[in-house]
Amino acid sequence: MIYLDNSATTQPFSEVLQTFQDASMQYFGNPSSLHSAGMNAEQLLTKARTATAKLFSIDPKEVVYTSGGTEGNNLAIKGTALEHVSRGRHLITSQVEHPSVLEAFEQLENAGFEVTYLPVDASGRVSPKEVQHSLRKDTTLVSIMHVNNEIGTVQPVEEIADILQHVPHTYFHVDHVQGVGKVSLDFAHPGIDLCTVSGHKVHAVKGTGFLYVRQGVSLSPLFHGGKQEQSLRSGTENVPGIAALAKALRMSLERSDELDRLEGLKRRLMFAFQEMPGAVVNTPDDASAPHIFNVAFPGVKPEVVIQSLAKKGIHVSTKSACASKLQQASPVLLALGRDVETATSAIRVSLCFDTTEEEIDQLLKALHECLPEFLEVMGAKNA
Amino acid sequence: MASIYADHAATTPLDPSVAEVMYEEMISNPGNPSSIHSFGRSARKTVDEARRQAASSIGAVPENIIFTSGGTEADNLAVAGFAKANEARGRHIITTKIEHHAVLHPAEALEALGFDVDYIDVDESGIVSVKDIEAALREDTILVTVMHGNNETGALQPIAEIGALLQEHQAAFHTDAVQTFGLLDLNVDELKVDMLTASAHKIYGPKGAGFLYVRNHIQLEPALRGGEQERRRRAGTENVAQLAGVSKALKLADTHKNERYEMLADRSAQFVQALMEKDITFQLNGPQHERLPHIVNVSFQGVSVEPLLVNLDLAGIAVSSGSACTAGSVEPSHVLKAMYGDDKRIYSSVRFSFGRDTTAEEIDQIAESLERVLQRMAKKA
Repeated sequence: MIYLDNSATTQPFSEVLQTFQDASMQYFGNPSSLHSAGMNAEQLLTKARTATAKLFSIDPKEVVYTSGGTEGNNLAIKGTALEHVSRGRHLITSQVEHPSVLEAFEQLENAGFEVTYLPVDASGRVSPKEVQHSLRKDTTLVSIMHVNNEIGTVQPVEEIADILQHVPHTYFHVDHVQGVGKVSLDFAHPGIDLCTVSGHKVHAVKGTGFLYVRQGVSLSPLFHGGKQEQSLRSGTENVPGIAALAKALRMSLERSDELDRLEGLKRRLMFAFQEMPGAVVNTPDDASAPHIFNVAFPGVKPEVVIQSLAKKGIHVSTKSACASKLQQASPVLLALGRDVETATSAIRVSLCFDTTEEEIDQLLKALHECLPEFLEVMGAKNA
Repeated sequence: MASIYADHAATTPLDPSVAEVMYEEMISNPGNPSSIHSFGRSARKTVDEARRQAASSIGAVPENIIFTSGGTEADNLAVAGFAKANEARGRHIITTKIEHHAVLHPAEALEALGFDVDYIDVDESGIVSVKDIEAALREDTILVTVMHGNNETGALQPIAEIGALLQEHQAAFHTDAVQTFGLLDLNVDELKVDMLTASAHKIYGPKGAGFLYVRNHIQLEPALRGGEQERRRRAGTENVAQLAGVSKALKLADTHKNERYEMLADRSAQFVQALMEKDITFQLNGPQHERLPHIVNVSFQGVSVEPLLVNLDLAGIAVSSGSACTAGSVEPSHVLKAMYGDDKRIYSSVRFSFGRDTTAEEIDQIAESLERVLQRMAKKA
């Protein structure tokens, strides 16, 4: 079994599962309780928070635990827009964001906000200059992802942060879900106010994540109740999940010396398809993440390729898992300027630290076996 | 020194077999349920199974279950999510003064948005009257939310009666059943509710998991937008392993429901009996009869609650002064305030909540420690 859909979700590290298991049994108390069972759980929570903050050189108070990336993005975007509505109703994002960002903005549009969706170039990149030009007096938030989940493009978020650092009334949110552990980001950059992290993309357990909220940034919470997480996120803390997240983040970041190897594997895929007739490589040559590779075979149904690979025990995906049931063109690929045929025929291969060269070879071999047939069928049709 | 956990209304230990199931699931089934490959499909099966279990535990159909990150999220979705999606029909909401903060705080946030919220009083036993709800109903009332079992006093609210009252009214009816779920037999049709909140970590399941039951015609404004999950009412990758744990916890709760109820009622009765036998002066907060079997809330006149809790904790006994969710604060409980006003008893109340592993010996030990601690505190005073 070769699992190459790590941008959808990853297998938790076994050490992480052990932490989760141990914490579940030994630290089961409610951290808000005043007795020792509660205090032990609270201590573990504090330990995890401190360790996590240290990994990203931020303050423990700046870590707001959530149920994952979707909640982190929704909290950052709606929380900022609603909290600062008196200062303005204009928001900026890009056309290639994750659905949890785009739909949060749509919801705000319905509530009377005005949203600028910035276009991207053929590599999927937002221009920092365009961000600057779109800024208005009433712009309260800019939200740009770090690494695109479908094609792996790395956005110039630090350059955008350099600009926004000098615009005090505009907050900057970065969806870092696909970047964590793969493409480094300076959380402490004074221009970055909010940053979303999800656990299950970095070998932690599902239902975990955090939103980095720079000190001094105020947000309107999505959930009200017991005032946990400095009132920004009420609800009994998922202590075992949070401890497991701290472990998974540490283990992932410790393996950063393997990123060059991953980049090499991705390059191998790039080279293999760049010269292949009928294939359109969507992942850009420069400034793309080391673990995501996207290629389209215009005219070939991606489901057919996926099923054919699955029969050989190789698992890849069409596009973002969160939208994979829709048989539509990828909005990301359309935003790149690809035609509808290309945008409906892409497959995504996403790697993890344990992906081997042999696995990539097997994928290539399998594709070389099945693709000519599919392409031929297409060719015959077109002829 | 052995420690005794008597704070099950705050949270319960994870059942080892639930932990086992979750561990297995994470090892063997890493997929994202939205992925179309076999890993994804296998994860989807786990989610579907959990949904069936959750639905059948309250007499509902699977389509009406929205999984959430827990009770707080589900309550917020039911209150704020419902109000925002239905404000065209009215902006009046009815709730009670004794709800959990996960209901009260979103209600307050709605007031700030221009909604009109009535917080109905309760009587001295902590129970809301159906007549008072009826009297508060207006043409523009869109939502009534009343908890099923109170988390501090254990008082059971007349949910089915309120549900019957609302049959002829446009208002939707939500109940926070976090404390009764898994303990009482719940049926959404008998209770006549449109929405119901449940949480897993109160029934020996994992933290970070719960659900909202939502009847077919009910429209909600989602708090989390993004993917297609939960019929677009709650985006986010499903917490697959946790849902496997939820399935298991539900099965366990269901298998032993009746005997567990009897056992807990026995323990509570034994505890109250022991306090009387030891001549400890106390007042029982909450109703005599219409109550949850596992919660005993008592006030010890003239005793300050903080040192009492600390001393009990030193004696190895974990109890609480009220709802744990007030994030570590020891303020007088809003529930007891609603019942007794500013009476002294609200400053000296302790909540004991027992669980399936609480033994008769432990009840005796708790009563004995309590007697010792109270005597020592009285001497110092």
